[in-house]
Amino acid sequence: MAETDKPVFEVADDASVKAARETLDAHTVEMMAWHFHPSTGCPFWLEYAQSLPFDPIKEVHCYDDLKKFPPFQDEWLRGGPVRRWAPKGFEGQPLYVFETGGTTGVPKSRVNSRDFRTDYEMFSDTLPEEYFPKGANWLMLGPSGPRRLRLAIEHLAQYRGGICFCVDLDPRWVVKLIKKGWMEHLEAYKEHCIDQAITILEAGHDIRCMFTTPKLLESLALALEKRGSSIHKAGITGIFSGGTEFTPQWTRFATEELLDGAYMTPTYGNTLMGLAASRPVTPADGYTIAYYAPQPRAVIELVDFDDTNSVVPYGGTGRVKLTTLTKETFVPGFLERDEGERELPYVKYPWDGVSGVRPFHKLASATTVGVY
Amino acid sequence: MHLQALRFGKSYESLERETLVHFLTGETVAEVSQVGGAMVGRDLAKSAKAARAALMAMDPEDVVERLQTAGNLYALGTVEVGGQQQSPDDFVQQQSATTGLPESLCRANMKKNLFVLSNMDRMLDALSRGLSPEILWQGYGKEHRDVIVSYQAQSPVLGLVLPSNSPGVHTLWLPVIALGVGLVLKPGKQEPWTPYRMAAAMLEAGIPPEAIGLYPGPTDVGAAILNGCGRSMIFGSATTVAQYAGDPRVQVHGPGFSKIILGDDCVDDWENYLDVMVESVAANSGRGCINTSAIFASRHTREIAAAIAARIGPAEVKQPDDPEATLAAFTVPGVAKAVWEQIEKGVAADGVTHATAEYGPRLVEGERCGWLRPTVVHCSSPDPEIARAEYMFPFVNVVECPQNAMLERIGPTLVATVFSNDPEFQQKLIDSTHVDRLNFGPIPTTKLDWLQPHEGNIIDFLYRSRALQVGDGVMPPGLNAAADVATT
Repeated sequence: MAETDKPVFEVADDASVKAARETLDAHTVEMMAWHFHPSTGCPFWLEYAQSLPFDPIKEVHCYDDLKKFPPFQDEWLRGGPVRRWAPKGFEGQPLYVFETGGTTGVPKSRVNSRDFRTDYEMFSDTLPEEYFPKGANWLMLGPSGPRRLRLAIEHLAQYRGGICFCVDLDPRWVVKLIKKGWMEHLEAYKEHCIDQAITILEAGHDIRCMFTTPKLLESLALALEKRGSSIHKAGITGIFSGGTEFTPQWTRFATEELLDGAYMTPTYGNTLMGLAASRPVTPADGYTIAYYAPQPRAVIELVDFDDTNSVVPYGGTGRVKLTTLTKETFVPGFLERDEGERELPYVKYPWDGVSGVRPFHKLASATTVGVY
Repeated sequence: MHLQALRFGKSYESLERETLVHFLTGETVAEVSQVGGAMVGRDLAKSAKAARAALMAMDPEDVVERLQTAGNLYALGTVEVGGQQQSPDDFVQQQSATTGLPESLCRANMKKNLFVLSNMDRMLDALSRGLSPEILWQGYGKEHRDVIVSYQAQSPVLGLVLPSNSPGVHTLWLPVIALGVGLVLKPGKQEPWTPYRMAAAMLEAGIPPEAIGLYPGPTDVGAAILNGCGRSMIFGSATTVAQYAGDPRVQVHGPGFSKIILGDDCVDDWENYLDVMVESVAANSGRGCINTSAIFASRHTREIAAAIAARIGPAEVKQPDDPEATLAAFTVPGVAKAVWEQIEKGVAADGVTHATAEYGPRLVEGERCGWLRPTVVHCSSPDPEIARAEYMFPFVNVVECPQNAMLERIGPTLVATVFSNDPEFQQKLIDSTHVDRLNFGPIPTTKLDWLQPHEGNIIDFLYRSRALQVGDGVMPPGLNAAADVATT
């Protein structure tokens, strides 16, 4: 590797990578034993196992053995009965159902008991105390309704000893407004959300942390600036944000011109995976945003567009393939609607990462991104 | 070459860039910095008023003179664009390379822009009906009839979401600086060349850099411009037109559906008008909204279609640097084919004939692009769907329609050239509100008189005339002839 090509972040050493892999392999075997045992597995997988030419409990010895499963069809997640996804091992426990998509047609859904809490507790450990102080109150300015994000952020705030203030936001309506070309209504809806956010921020609740999306962060920053204030002056010290429009240029612009010194950490997440944290975003790294899945609970691979069982080389472009391995949910090899570049393991996350996440180019024209 | 964003005097190099390639070879011609809508919104909030203030600090006549200098620099000089010295020849080659327009047509469009800038004083005089530019500068004054008039600028800057189809459209915004209003430009993806070269020429000629913003980027840049500017122009499809219809802040320029109308008293002499018809259809490779997309006549329509087809049907695709080249390429892969498939469906309808069929295939597919050779369609009535079609290449419908039904059937028309000496028919055309520019006689629809308004008077769009009365003993600030005014 040429001197100039050396990564500017701290790459994980081989021993850490190996150890992480061994943990993943052991965790995979444990998950097979859970999901495919009649006493603990969910009806869907127990029934599906009958059609498999192998026994997942006996013949999956490591993570790579999951390739024996045929590709996961996301259509399976649409429609009911949703209880077919509920593991018997959690019988009697309260269940949530979280949805994704759903602008038209039946949304995809995932049942959840405690996973979202675990994911966000793990994520909480990655937040710097200086900017996300324990006990601080939060503002959730993002999609609400049947999404896990709303509850997850509230749990994150509570887990860190704070209270979460929320603003309603219906992304399905936003997508409809865009598709109909009702841009005036779109602006009005955005203003409606921002007005509420500013009202809460100015109401003396000592809110110092916030979740929001890039588009809403832009709008909030501009609205505050018009009032002679700023994100930082409004009291915010730490922002946790997410979305595929999180580009290096956008991050640079936000850092240099919108945040007024507040700290922002990008994340990549969805209802299936949970939450992938990013390694620190720095000017020296060209504001590269690289995400690392919460392994071993979820694994991200960058695979060849045509051969989805082959991982692309480091730096290569591939489609995001997600595997979820929690006791509540098993999703092997789900091909996301995103693509990106494969990143080297980072010292804090000694496994593959992904950068440059954007809509999968073959589906991009049909995807509405950055809508809220 | 790297075209950076221009933030009212400050260049900005984005981490995201769009690569512009040669439509034939695929070679990189330039990289263009891509910025986001929030940057535009933020800059407008901070700099829009300063943009107008920078112009107000200048003498209006000086601004006009500097624009005339800018016109010469743009058309004849070498200016710095994208960190490189760009001669007129460089400009023409680069513009042709990314838009698919033959170089000869790029040069022709340069002449149009030069004409507008060179004649800025005459244009302003005509469009303002002789109003002193000082009145626009200070907001009020006395006009030549000794009456106080007041004009309020409706926005310190005009936002422009520009297209890539024809560099001729830039003539529309060239007077804006001379009216004391700043510019916020989102250049077309394939045609950033005219806005960049024009901005460079204006700045070199002494127009203050605080008066011009240039923001290349995705669609949210356009949305931010429309949202943040009190007045904007957008160029787009019929859908875009519908989206902004009725919004007084936005002037929408969409398909023109320009037409030639042959009245019953003239139609028997149609051969005399053939040159005008051919030029109206085929000039500038049929790319403009002012190109004729339909010819209406009550009889002789098949002969007219055949005669136009004989004139333009044989045109062949030539290399872009061939002085004889007349056809522009569709540079986005697959578009030419998709358009042709649409036309094929249209000509399959009852009452529709393809008049250029005998001159060989219309669709010419290249490795990275495609062309459509001139196409003439005959419609035996205005009913078929294709009779209302407009495409971005030399394409025309010759439509048979009784004269007394024409005004009802032509639909929205940006330019109508009318051959008729029937006073009653002429008056109906003058009165019709769905015809914008009206030509009587042998004037091609593509020939614009820049001393006349285009899709509304830009001064009326940027300024609002309002009442201003001054009582005895009151001296409005800045009015030199204050005593005179006070007693009026």
